[in-house]
Amino acid sequence: MTAIPLEHVLILACILFTIGFFGVIVRKNTLFMLMSLEVMLNAVGVAFIGAGSVWQQADGQVMFILILTLAAAEVAVGLALLIRLQQRFKSLDIDCLSQLKG
Amino acid sequence: MLLSLLPFYPLISFLLIVLLKKQLSWWQTSVLSVGAMLICAITSLVLLNTLNQAPDGVITSHLWRWFSLSDGDSFASVNFSFYLDALSAVMICVVSCVGFLIHLFAAVYMKEDENFSRFMAYMNLFIVAMLILVLADNLVLLYLGWEGVGLCSFLLIGFWYQEKANVLAARKAFIVTRIGDTSMAIGLFMLFNSLGSVNIVEVNELATAQWQVGNNDAYWICLLLLGGAVGKSAQLPLQTWLPDAMAGPTPVSALIHAATMVTAGVYLIARMNGLFILSPQVMNYVAWIGASTLLLAGFAALVQSDIKRVLAYSTMSQIGYMMLALGAGAWSAGIFHLMTHAFFKALLFLTAGAIIYALHHQQNIFKMGGVLKRLPFESGLFIIGLICLMALPGTSGFFSKEAIIAHLWSSPTAGQALWWCAILGALLTSIYSCRLFFIAFLSKERFSHQVENLSSVGLKISLITLAVLSLVGGFLAPDLSTVFAKASQEVSHMVEPQWLHAVAIATPIIGIVFSWFYFSKYRSVEPMNYQKAEQNQNPIVRFCFSGLGFDRLYEILLIKPFVAIARLNKRDVVDQLVMSLTWYIGLWRDVLVYSQNGLMRWYAAAFAIGLVCFIGGWLL
Amino acid sequence: MIVRFASIESLFYLAALIAIIASLKVVTQKNTVHALLYLVVSLLAVAVCFYLMGAPFAAGLEVIVYAGAILVLFVFAIMMFGLKNDETKYAPQSKGLTIWLGPCVLAVLLLVALLFSFDSADIQQQLNATVISSKEVGILLYGPYLLAVEIASFLLLAGLVAGYHYAKPDAQGGHL
Repeated sequence: MTAIPLEHVLILACILFTIGFFGVIVRKNTLFMLMSLEVMLNAVGVAFIGAGSVWQQADGQVMFILILTLAAAEVAVGLALLIRLQQRFKSLDIDCLSQLKG
Repeated sequence: MLLSLLPFYPLISFLLIVLLKKQLSWWQTSVLSVGAMLICAITSLVLLNTLNQAPDGVITSHLWRWFSLSDGDSFASVNFSFYLDALSAVMICVVSCVGFLIHLFAAVYMKEDENFSRFMAYMNLFIVAMLILVLADNLVLLYLGWEGVGLCSFLLIGFWYQEKANVLAARKAFIVTRIGDTSMAIGLFMLFNSLGSVNIVEVNELATAQWQVGNNDAYWICLLLLGGAVGKSAQLPLQTWLPDAMAGPTPVSALIHAATMVTAGVYLIARMNGLFILSPQVMNYVAWIGASTLLLAGFAALVQSDIKRVLAYSTMSQIGYMMLALGAGAWSAGIFHLMTHAFFKALLFLTAGAIIYALHHQQNIFKMGGVLKRLPFESGLFIIGLICLMALPGTSGFFSKEAIIAHLWSSPTAGQALWWCAILGALLTSIYSCRLFFIAFLSKERFSHQVENLSSVGLKISLITLAVLSLVGGFLAPDLSTVFAKASQEVSHMVEPQWLHAVAIATPIIGIVFSWFYFSKYRSVEPMNYQKAEQNQNPIVRFCFSGLGFDRLYEILLIKPFVAIARLNKRDVVDQLVMSLTWYIGLWRDVLVYSQNGLMRWYAAAFAIGLVCFIGGWLL
Repeated sequence: MIVRFASIESLFYLAALIAIIASLKVVTQKNTVHALLYLVVSLLAVAVCFYLMGAPFAAGLEVIVYAGAILVLFVFAIMMFGLKNDETKYAPQSKGLTIWLGPCVLAVLLLVALLFSFDSADIQQQLNATVISSKEVGILLYGPYLLAVEIASFLLLAGLVAGYHYAKPDAQGGHL
């Protein structure tokens, strides 16, 4: 049992998540969106670790490791796509990719 | 056995004509339909004869059970069975005999019409429905016949449906009588609800056994049944359809709208006498409705220019007499008048039809004139019809009408005021009959065509037979005392003044004498301005001409508001609601189209909003 | 002396505050490289949090994989794009140390927090009492979570292949 209450850990996770989400929605630059996503994933990791330490279970850390792999894969693919985007549109503006509209 | 077969002769004929329409020639169709009616007439007369020997004066015939009604504990079956007593015997004789004669006439009269077989089929169907109506032993079967004759009336008024006026007249007749029919149906429901039976004999007995005089249930049931009778018999509030119904072919006017169907209301009230006797107040209404109708129709008949409309108003007025008789408790007299009226009114209509035919479908009496010289045979028969209508002594109309008038003075449900109404009505009858005769038959002829005489044997036979029946019908007074034994009231004639009968007998003659001088210009040989006489602008005359403005009144009271509502509804209140739904959906479509913009960040935001809503809803 | 004022809670809150501020800076920065630096700080702060919550293994991974590997990937990508022609073009050109000042201050604060926690025997004792060792994590990971690990490995493989495929220049095939 750590001295840090679970509520506070979760509040931290929520604040980080919200900041990351704010970034995803607000920034037009795709690179910043990817960074914001990293912040969001990180926030989820905080929540897992916090929960794991409160209940003294290793599962939280296992989940964090899985999230870590996910983040690595996501960043790899995302950055590769960004390179193509840059080559094609000469810009990293996400609003260039609006061909999905009906 | 004979009884159960009676309605099937015309039914078979109807079916054969309908099925073999194309194959049958005029000759075959006529033989089929008129022959069926002849068998019908003979059968009815035989039945009338057997009825006299029947022990209790009743013949019944059970065909099959139609359906059964049950309201929990009690159980009543509605049968297809016929009930013949003196009252219905009189009716079937009138229906089938007059029906036969009119069929005979119609076969000749309608020969040229391209839809001849359709016409004869409808006429036969009408006879079927009328016989079911008359012979029904329960009120549901009677209602079937009642609606059947209404349907045939509708079909036959609109027989020449290519002309809009005929169709409108048919529609009007159908809708106006439907009001009465609805009232009658409600009355039947109430009757079954309170007595648990629809059998006519049972109902009359149960009502007498269970209810006191003046019972509230009896009052309402009688009032509702009276509504049905008023609609069918063209009495006061619902009389407007009958003059327009003259748009149909003349044999139809004779058969349906003079002799038989319109008297169904009278028959209904006479049939339910056991019920009506329990409600003197409604009897009083019946009498007053009859009296006001006969006066109204009399005034309207005074100014008409169409020969058939004069006769139509006269029919209304004569049915008013019958209603008056029923209301006064003079059941037998009312039915007697029904019978004689059927004879002489059929004669009048058929003769008028023959004259109209001879004058190339000219119905306006102001354009006739001098018919007496040109068509002496038809004119003679018409005169016989008219004197019966006026009830000159010795004719059939005299006996029946005097029987009615004699009953009125001291009847508890009628009274002196109604007696005076009846006398005034008789005076009006003789005046309008004289006016019709003077304008159309005397003076110089005002038509230029060659007359085209219908010189067929069948036609002459039917007309002469009807004329003979009209003249001697007075001696054929039916003995209905067994039927109305319970309903007849003890009336003391002691207090009546002595001059009553003298006045009643003298009234038509006074009317004739008055008209002889008042309408002298119509019978003079000098040419006069008939154009002007026809288009009389006197407001009172115009008012009477329009049937005392009832059409206009109903138009303002009912049709205009209804049409206004329909107009309003045409722009569709309901549809507007539905359209608002489409507008709403369209709005959402626009919103969704706008949201489907391909912007990644927009989708992410929508995702967040959804998540917020979801979590928010879950938390709450 | 200082140790008395410091406890696990206060250190945690300090690190959390730093993480939040750094994350906000990441999101609001105009310059890509600066944002990246703030992201490093944010990740380090979170690593400190992990450490204080009794997960040193996770903290290590956070520093090595996130701040080490993934962020380097970002740096390479930014270098490939060339910073001339994007949002950063319009960003104010900061001079000298001012660019480094924010991340540096935050990093120093973090370092202080970390040092305090190492320095204090009291805190060390508490942490040792609550720590979840990497051994436990390893047993769990290769025990019940074996399937998840396999899936994660597939995911990494797919990421590898996709990254290779997409990052190829246009001329060599395929189109986006």
